[in-house]
Amino acid sequence: MSTTDGVLVRVKEVDKVFRRGSEEIHVLTGLNLEVKAGEFLALMGPSGSGKSTLLNLIGGLDRATRGTVEIGGDRVDQMSDHALSGWRARHIGLVFQFYNLLPVLTAERNVELPLLLTHLSKAERRKHVEVALGMVGLSHRTRHYPRQMSGGEQQRVGIARAIVTDPTILLCDEPTGDLDRKSGDEILALLQALSRDHGKTIVMVTHDPHASARASRTVYLNKGQLFSENPG
Amino acid sequence: MKFLYLVWRNLTRRKLRTTLTILSILVAFVLYGFMGAIREALSGGVSVAGADRLVVRHKVSIIQMLPITYQQRIERIPGVTLSSHQSWFGGIYQDPKNFFASMPVEPERFLSIYNEFTLPEAQRKAWLANRTGAIVGRATLDRFGWKVGDRISLKSPIWQHPNNDDTWQFDLVGVYDALKKGSDTSGFFFRYDYFDEGRAYAKGMVGWYVVRIQNPDRAAEVAKAIDAEFENSPYETKTEPEGAFAQGWAQQIGDMGKITTSILTAVFFTILLVAGNTMAQSVRERTEEIGVLKAMGFSNRLVLGVVLAESFSIAGLGGFVGLGFVWALVSVWNPVPSMLPVFYIPNHDLVVGFILVLVLGFLAGIFPASQAMRLRIAEALRRQA
Repeated sequence: MSTTDGVLVRVKEVDKVFRRGSEEIHVLTGLNLEVKAGEFLALMGPSGSGKSTLLNLIGGLDRATRGTVEIGGDRVDQMSDHALSGWRARHIGLVFQFYNLLPVLTAERNVELPLLLTHLSKAERRKHVEVALGMVGLSHRTRHYPRQMSGGEQQRVGIARAIVTDPTILLCDEPTGDLDRKSGDEILALLQALSRDHGKTIVMVTHDPHASARASRTVYLNKGQLFSENPG
Repeated sequence: MKFLYLVWRNLTRRKLRTTLTILSILVAFVLYGFMGAIREALSGGVSVAGADRLVVRHKVSIIQMLPITYQQRIERIPGVTLSSHQSWFGGIYQDPKNFFASMPVEPERFLSIYNEFTLPEAQRKAWLANRTGAIVGRATLDRFGWKVGDRISLKSPIWQHPNNDDTWQFDLVGVYDALKKGSDTSGFFFRYDYFDEGRAYAKGMVGWYVVRIQNPDRAAEVAKAIDAEFENSPYETKTEPEGAFAQGWAQQIGDMGKITTSILTAVFFTILLVAGNTMAQSVRERTEEIGVLKAMGFSNRLVLGVVLAESFSIAGLGGFVGLGFVWALVSVWNPVPSMLPVFYIPNHDLVVGFILVLVLGFLAGIFPASQAMRLRIAEALRRQA
């Protein structure tokens, strides 16, 4: 994926307005943000500040009301729904607060899901799954269902699922929000390693200063606007 | 193919609900098959009726008889090539529940007209040589375990001997089979000359005539000519194609087509609601999961396809297994062989059944699938939060 001046994510003058009946809720207003390739960025801010909305716009899960969202030279805001699906499959890895694993699938089948959208053979998919689960330290839990695993383990499966296609960006929405401190630390260490050792670009939404401290840079949002940046 | 596992695991998510839905569809299709077989049985062989055969009966009712002298006059009418008469005997074997169609006929003419029946040449000759000889269809032979050479006693609720004895003795000389699927092989036929001589009354009278015509396209014209021949006589006739005659016979019970269609429409509408509800619930329960799949890159069309595949699987498992089961069951079991001698599911009904399975799968799945397809990812994920 191409970058300009090493910038992978470029969000320019973005507004996001939700309509609830006749009421308009301005979630993001004239927001600008750049994320460099390989950067581990933490997005912080109070509830309702627009962090998750911004993450959704970067991941092509939602559309901006105004402004542009450019990822590696691709104008995400201009893509059709169909094109956006294919783009997400190739470039985005998502990690959710509540893991969002499919309860009816084993760990390996959950991790394999994004690979079903590729042209890889079954054997190749299996190999990729093995590698991803190995990277998160769960090679011994491949045949276990989510209900048979702890929260920390489920989140690690979620991370394996997010990285199995080797995406351009990893988007994490409160990845430690549902975990105890110890498990949360393990997840953060894992994300940090992915950024440091594998050069993954990570954008992480968090409320937790302890989590943001692991990022290379932290930006703060309030009332839909970026109001300060702290280098990590 | 690689998504089949996902479809299968979704189906087994709520095993009880899925099983009950599949069972209800299965029962509906078993019912469908049975209704088809019953309708076919009650239509009395409408579908196998010969296009080149007319039936001439008394204008008032089938139970009024016609003189045997009509035969020569019928055969003189242009377009008629052959005729044969039959009369209702109503034979009972040992017990009133052992009732089946039995009729006195003229052997040679009967076999010529009903050339879909096959009878070995030696048995044909034996029938012609023996006045008390009778032939029976394979179905009835198997039903009572008879064999050629047996002496068969039948009671008739209509016909008695001059001494008021209602028991008739026959020598079983042959067994006929049918070339055409759906032909009734439950009949028992014996010689008219033996019958006419032995009965106490109505001598020289017959029940109806079956007439073979040269050109089926001229059936209406020939039928009109036959009825005109006997107009203003004491025994006026009504002539109609054999199919219409069989249909009229069946419709003494009611319009079976309409009755079965009404029942099945109600059944399928109910099943559609059951299957549709299962699919709708299943999709509603995993809104977040569908949101996650779409977030991963599953396109709207793919999500639509996965949900529809689930719906087709439920309909297919219930419908195809139901159809297969009822087809196998009907092939080996007839609930009332005395009343429904021809009992099978016509191919046409099987084809329609297959189409119904697909339609059910599509209709039950299309609305929840469209809902899943239109689901906004951000909304689906927000729901969980």
